[in-house]
Amino acid sequence: MISIRNIVKQYASHRALSDVSIEIESGKVFGLLGPNGAGKTSLIRIINQITGPDSGEILFNGEKLNQSHIDRIGYLPEERGLYKKMEIGEQIIYLAQLKGLTQQEAKQRAKKWFTKLGIESWWNKKIEELSKGMQQKAQFVATVIHEPELIILDEPFTGFDPVNAEIIKNEILELNRNGATIIFSTHRMESVEELCDSIALLNLSHKILDGKVKEIRNAYRTGTFTIAYEGEKITVDGGAPFTINSHYPIDGGYELQINLPAQTKVNDVLQYMLPRASITRLEEVIPTMNEIFIEAVGKGR
Amino acid sequence: MNKILLIIQREYLSRVKKKSFLVVTFLVPVLFMGMITLVAYLAVNQGGLGDKKRIEVVDESGWFAGKMQSTDNVQYSFADNYPKAKATFIKQDYDYLLYIPATVTNIQMFGEKTPSALNKSAIENTLTGIARSHRLADAHIDSTILASAQKEVSIDAKQITEKGEQDAHTDAAFAVGFACAFLIYLSLFLYGAQVMRGVIEEKVSRIIEVIISSVKPFQLMLGKIIGVGMVGLTQFILWIVLTMVLSTAAGTLMGGKNADSMQQMQTTGPGSKMNAATQAAANNNVSELLGSLSSLPVTQIVVCFLFYFLFGYLLYSALFAAVGSAVDNETETQQFMIPITLPLIFTFMIAQTVIINNPDSTLSITLSMIPFTAPIAMMIRIPFGVPPLQIAASMVFMVLGFLFTTWVAGRIYRVGILMYGKKASYKEIAKWFMYKE
Repeated sequence: MISIRNIVKQYASHRALSDVSIEIESGKVFGLLGPNGAGKTSLIRIINQITGPDSGEILFNGEKLNQSHIDRIGYLPEERGLYKKMEIGEQIIYLAQLKGLTQQEAKQRAKKWFTKLGIESWWNKKIEELSKGMQQKAQFVATVIHEPELIILDEPFTGFDPVNAEIIKNEILELNRNGATIIFSTHRMESVEELCDSIALLNLSHKILDGKVKEIRNAYRTGTFTIAYEGEKITVDGGAPFTINSHYPIDGGYELQINLPAQTKVNDVLQYMLPRASITRLEEVIPTMNEIFIEAVGKGR
Repeated sequence: MNKILLIIQREYLSRVKKKSFLVVTFLVPVLFMGMITLVAYLAVNQGGLGDKKRIEVVDESGWFAGKMQSTDNVQYSFADNYPKAKATFIKQDYDYLLYIPATVTNIQMFGEKTPSALNKSAIENTLTGIARSHRLADAHIDSTILASAQKEVSIDAKQITEKGEQDAHTDAAFAVGFACAFLIYLSLFLYGAQVMRGVIEEKVSRIIEVIISSVKPFQLMLGKIIGVGMVGLTQFILWIVLTMVLSTAAGTLMGGKNADSMQQMQTTGPGSKMNAATQAAANNNVSELLGSLSSLPVTQIVVCFLFYFLFGYLLYSALFAAVGSAVDNETETQQFMIPITLPLIFTFMIAQTVIINNPDSTLSITLSMIPFTAPIAMMIRIPFGVPPLQIAASMVFMVLGFLFTTWVAGRIYRVGILMYGKKASYKEIAKWFMYKE
């Protein structure tokens, strides 16, 4: 869908992007991650053709990115904004027309979206009369109304209460199921795990990590397991095939966090444990994206 | 292209639909007419607004008795005994006591308050007129002979062109040129500032990023400039139409009354200094001025006005847009406004003195060629007659200037609109200008 190839963007005093290459597959949800100032917004602006790269190129479905692609992209910027004095319905129609819809189409689709999101009674209200959540919903409609193939969402959940965030999340997933590719820029790592198929992590203008979320998390596994058991605390002697990270009481028993050496199997652990304790749970601790983010970015500092 | 039309449409409709637009559009002609009516009323009723002054006259010469006519402003009554009149003056109801000795020199006027200049000169004029005819009669000189001897000389200005001889109307040219230049001056500020405010609004509300992910910044800037320009044009046309309708209505309502008061104004106001001959000449001048308006190169003036209005606006509003893009709120605009407004204010000040008095001087010609000053300078010159070659050259420069400033402004604008919370300086703006696409 999108091939970002060796993009470099230099501003007068600092470098925003250094030789960044990313592949974004069609029909997937792609997470663009990174701390503040890493270059995410610069990259998004280049994909939106708001600014151009100093060198490198971007391919949209194999074609070099050009003006004809603008109407096929929907963009929800992090800094939200609509004309304060303009009526909301009129405004959505205007923005949709700028994306190439006819007035009738725009009106029809806007009405449909407003009904779907439960804001149809606000059609004639001015933006300044709406709550922040309402404005956000309206802006979301403006982003997706022209049924773009590529939807770029920069922090889409800020400003929403949990209920509305859930509604928007489901709309995003539905759009994705219907074929839209989604680039999703955020700091909220739990939503990355929930939504994203793949990610790229930018730090200080460089891409420091990319790939499928599952693979990245697997790659960051450290052989850490959690074992929970009932009853009295057991003593782990020197014959154990693992080292203990922590050992603490939980409701009705104890939880043991262990590290397995590289060649050791989980079965060996069980073999050691079974005679000693009544195990209620054993699971591998796979690092969260949050942990990976902190570790990867921390290394770069 | 289609998208520019959409932007123009939004910029236009969102402004025209505002209540403030309707209020301003309909209120300004009413206020304007009201102001003119008030000024005219005050001018006509200058005296009438003050109280009638009662003056007691002691005339020892005998020249004036019965000849001093009471008017709206002053009422004369005569007394014989000067010492007695003077002694009882305080107790009596008169405002002033006028004492004319037998020699008709050393005339004195007493009052509790100092008389106003208007009243004093009105009385002086009355006395002078009566005393003069009395002395002329004494010297056996016919006053009609004197009037013809004193007749003022006036020059009838004519222009010789290829079409032959024609009347040159300096006064009318003066008035029309100044009015056109003033309108252009005013509208450049008015609508240029609107463009700037629109740009700031988009930047502050952050909608800019959504819009320029759909259209190019240059398209947005151009659409805004054209949209606001059309608002300006609409407003101007409505103002002209409304003012004409109102003044016609007002004219029919008080048509007869006006003529009376004009007459009155000339006899009672400071104008009463004029003798009959110059008064007639003044009346002539007024009708001549009105008549001569139509003999000016009207088509040329209208075409040039529209051209310079349009391109002056386009040129300056592009700069205003660039300023708007560089700042985060209106208060920060000041430092960037100065270099934009300075040439306008400078030309307008120069226009009122140097250009209008000497429309063909090198300075006037130069100013009417520089795109930044041409809209005002040239409009002052046009009614006086400008060689077609100069007009053509000025227009070409104007178009080039517009293309140049729009190009420069566009380069600053495209970067500026994305710079939030950054304090812009001239150095910073220069850097933006140099950025690649």
